[in-house]
Amino acid sequence: MNRLILNKVILILSTLSAMIGIGFLFWILATLSYKGITSIHWTTFTKDLVEGGIRNLLVGQFTMALLATLIAVPVGMMAGIYLREYGYGSKLSMVIRNLSDVMMSAPSIVIGVFVYAIMVDPVGSYNGWAGAVALAIMMVPIIISTTDNMLALVPQELREAGIALGGSKHKIILQVVIRAAKVGIMTGVLLSFARIIGETAPLLFTSANNQFFTMNMNEQFPSLTVSIYNLATYPDAPSRELAWAASFILTMIVLCINLFGRFVVRKKK
Amino acid sequence: MSDSNVVMEVKKFSFTYPGAPKPSLKKINLPVRKNKITAMIGPSGCGKSTLLRSMNRIHDLYPGNKYEGEIILHHKGGKQENILELKKENDFIRLRQEVGMIFQKPTPFPMSIFDNVAYGLRLSGIKNKTELQDRVEAALKGAAIWEETKDRLNENALGMSGGQQQRLCIARAVALKPRVLLFDEPTSALDPISTGAIEELIAELKEEVSVVIVTHNMQQASRLSDYTAFMYLGELIEYDKTEKIFLSPSEKLTEDYITGRFG
Repeated sequence: MNRLILNKVILILSTLSAMIGIGFLFWILATLSYKGITSIHWTTFTKDLVEGGIRNLLVGQFTMALLATLIAVPVGMMAGIYLREYGYGSKLSMVIRNLSDVMMSAPSIVIGVFVYAIMVDPVGSYNGWAGAVALAIMMVPIIISTTDNMLALVPQELREAGIALGGSKHKIILQVVIRAAKVGIMTGVLLSFARIIGETAPLLFTSANNQFFTMNMNEQFPSLTVSIYNLATYPDAPSRELAWAASFILTMIVLCINLFGRFVVRKKK
Repeated sequence: MSDSNVVMEVKKFSFTYPGAPKPSLKKINLPVRKNKITAMIGPSGCGKSTLLRSMNRIHDLYPGNKYEGEIILHHKGGKQENILELKKENDFIRLRQEVGMIFQKPTPFPMSIFDNVAYGLRLSGIKNKTELQDRVEAALKGAAIWEETKDRLNENALGMSGGQQQRLCIARAVALKPRVLLFDEPTSALDPISTGAIEELIAELKEEVSVVIVTHNMQQASRLSDYTAFMYLGELIEYDKTEKIFLSPSEKLTEDYITGRFG
């Protein structure tokens, strides 16, 4: 009898904990949607920050995130290929793998400060390049780890079959193994993109922010997340409303990328 | 034994895996006869797959293996080459185009049926489109899978059944017109009907190539092969004509294994 009661108690406790966790999430989403949707106007998307819109911020944020992806995907994929295909089991690869895992949990503000020291301080001004590099540094370890893990899932026989047909190692890796792991790696890239598109700390003192529309990466670069951070502290109502609208839009973007990533995986299975 | 009926000769061959204290294969002597099927049988861990994988040096995908002795490949036109002396990647590639391999699990590449068969041909430097098409068609016909695939050459090969995939892999290997084809338990992952189709195919293939097949299935060895080698604990116990091995083996150990007393 005792066991049955204990079972019930545990069940109730764990259900309650789950409810609390999900409850907060829905609370955040509900508040965000309510305040966000009521604050969005057509002009939110057509005007720049200086006129009370977020057009330049969206363009700026995506520009930096895409540039970061362009840097991080080749570097991360090549490192992942090295870890799994060339250096597997070697000391160097173990050191790199561990360092990369540590980097993945490095506080993003530290990455921001580091990039400030090497790319902002020397030139004397905040710039878009520094923002993209900071985001890329955040992205690389994620891509290394997904590439590594996805390549590990490719059966060894496939590599042997390629070699047995008279392929050289690099050709088999590029033409067969990568192809077999393509979907997984692409999903990893998408999810890491979703991760960095919502980052604030690495941009705070690298690209900073810009109220005006610009594509000049040498100057301060407009950022959605940094703007939210700034706007939310302003005393006037329109600024705070814009912060809500921007937060809502950002959340939707991240959500959509995540869902798309999952959809791609499921479709493949 | 260097008569013209032999395509490959294994001589006093020993093989040691990296870090292993003792060799996994000890002084093996084995001929592979031209246009015949040689079966290798023996209990798990006896070294038959290790020997097979030495014949196209696929072991060299992993570093640190130790080879001793010789494996002589007789090229067309009589040239002989000890494949254990190969060192450069280009030589390995040349060897593997001569000595193809089929694995236990079907290993189609994640690309179209056509590209699967054309892959090895492209690697060997064939770029001409009509030549590729002709060779792919011939290979698929040779592997008795042309009728099933001719209307879906551009579909992904991963959509085929296991038995079809295995025949595709054979077509892929046949396309390169190798001198020797190595089969590593090619039917152990397949159902009886697919197994029958593959066996029939292998039997036909010996018109064109010499076949070495590793199998756990003794009926398969006796049905299919012309010569049989029985291996045990890294040693070649007996090699002879298949009828001889199965009907009146010279060694007690062979008889015990074939009658199912161990292994």
